[in-house]
Amino acid sequence: MSTAAAEPLAYLATQARWGKAEIAFWLATLLPFVLFPDYLVLASQIAITALFALSLDLILGYAGIISLGHAAFFGFGAYTAGLAAKWGWGEPLSGLLLAGAAAGLLGYATSVIISRFRHLALIMITLGLGLLLAEAANSARWLTGGADGLQGVRMWRLFGYFRFDLYGYTAYAYSLAVLFLIFLMCRRLTHSPFGLALRGIRENAIRMPAIGAPTRAHIRKVYTLAAVIAGIAGALLAQTTETVSLEVLSFQRSADVLVILILGGAGRLYGGIVGAIVYMVARDQFSGINPQYWYFWIGLLLIAVVMFLPNGILGGLAGIMARRRKATP
Amino acid sequence: MTPALATRGLNKRFGSLVVADDIALAVPEGARYALIGPNGAGKTTLINLMTGMLRPDGGEILLAGADIASLKPEQRVKRGLVRTFQINTLFPQLNALEAVTLAVCERCGVAGSWRLRLASHREEVEEAYAILASLKLDAVCYRLTRELAYGQQRLLEIALALATRPKVLLLDEPAAGVPRDESAALFAAIAGLPRDITVLFIEHDMGLVFRFASRIIVMVAGRILVEGTPGEIAADARVREVYLGGARQEVHHA
Repeated sequence: MSTAAAEPLAYLATQARWGKAEIAFWLATLLPFVLFPDYLVLASQIAITALFALSLDLILGYAGIISLGHAAFFGFGAYTAGLAAKWGWGEPLSGLLLAGAAAGLLGYATSVIISRFRHLALIMITLGLGLLLAEAANSARWLTGGADGLQGVRMWRLFGYFRFDLYGYTAYAYSLAVLFLIFLMCRRLTHSPFGLALRGIRENAIRMPAIGAPTRAHIRKVYTLAAVIAGIAGALLAQTTETVSLEVLSFQRSADVLVILILGGAGRLYGGIVGAIVYMVARDQFSGINPQYWYFWIGLLLIAVVMFLPNGILGGLAGIMARRRKATP
Repeated sequence: MTPALATRGLNKRFGSLVVADDIALAVPEGARYALIGPNGAGKTTLINLMTGMLRPDGGEILLAGADIASLKPEQRVKRGLVRTFQINTLFPQLNALEAVTLAVCERCGVAGSWRLRLASHREEVEEAYAILASLKLDAVCYRLTRELAYGQQRLLEIALALATRPKVLLLDEPAAGVPRDESAALFAAIAGLPRDITVLFIEHDMGLVFRFASRIIVMVAGRILVEGTPGEIAADARVREVYLGGARQEVHHA
């Protein structure tokens, strides 16, 4: 039997193996240091947004839980890290951990509600929770600075050595390193039994209990984890920009990250990263051409992608690769 | 001996429609029971009630003597009460190996773990593959479920159930929609299940019912009409009335 079963194990091992394209992709993320040193601030914002989109991919792309309020965790993490620095603790790494833990607690609390609903109800509940938190932050001016934003965030040097410079060298290196480490973790997760269980929930939530799966416990777990990662992404933004504005909790941010993930391709881990690159570079370029109306071009891009690449950019690429493999056996 | 599965006074109504009326049954361990009856008799509803997918209005559900009526569906599965579905209820975008491995992982309690890759969960994967091989699905186990032939999907329904190591298996029309020549093979696979698994199956093909069931329960309009051996059921006038009444009338009219 063990010889017959070696085959499925080998198959699963192959599924989890690093591809050449993946290695090339991560090496390419270092290129901005050399090729676009003037754009490192943008690059760090892209890395942060990619991390945020990655966290949404875990719940939406894998477990099939739609959210229109994911910015709640991003913003909660951003304010946690920002406030910690403002109140005198500007050490970046512990700030990240603190923000992740705070967002995780909030995530766990909401996951108890989230895990009971699906589809349209989920959209309404996540939207509601997001708006709730945004308004709470708006009214708590004494804490958040309200519409003026959180002032007086002063970060210490990273590892006591690297100063957060104006050109974004430290910001990009820091954001990219955090993105990569968390990506590694997510990658392991998606190839693990838990990752399989999440795909099971996405594929058929009715069958899951019939094979003995505690669906709600799985959902609480992944939702909490996604909240932790979103919180860390928010903290990165607060730390690298040394400010926090209400925008981190806005509906716009929740909608943008959803758009980014769908643009890149949900359920593939890289979708959120590719989506973030395309979306943010496009926004940067379009707003240069036509600052007032750049959402017009974003809208056009979105419609084009959804019409011609229903599974996102990566889904389209995967389709082309599969056809080419069939054509040349 | 304590029956593997029993119900006492099980009731369920949707508004004024009574779908389960004082259902009492007892299936001994290792038995092969068929549940038959006309469409709308409440057979699938009974399975939904026993597995916890519907909440009964009253009554007891006993698994090996213990009342499980308050348990959630997944907890009943953990105790060994497992069902399959009349309409394929599978994971379309998982391949057959992944789907069965998932079910094995859930049983072993490792499905919440993400410390190791799937390929490192050697025992679970090997067991899943062995289950697929026992149902002759090993050759197609890397294909996505939605790309499998219909008959193979019906087998995968059973494979998923077996992966939970059921003590009592409730099969809701396992051969529904399968061509007649293939359905016999499917039932041969069911007949080949280990004898310690208790099986209750819903089936409309009377040939299959009489061949594979040791006892038959006949349901009509939410009630159990009669229970007996295949011989007793075949000779029962009330069953003939239910099943052949309509047909005989048609003959008379013609």
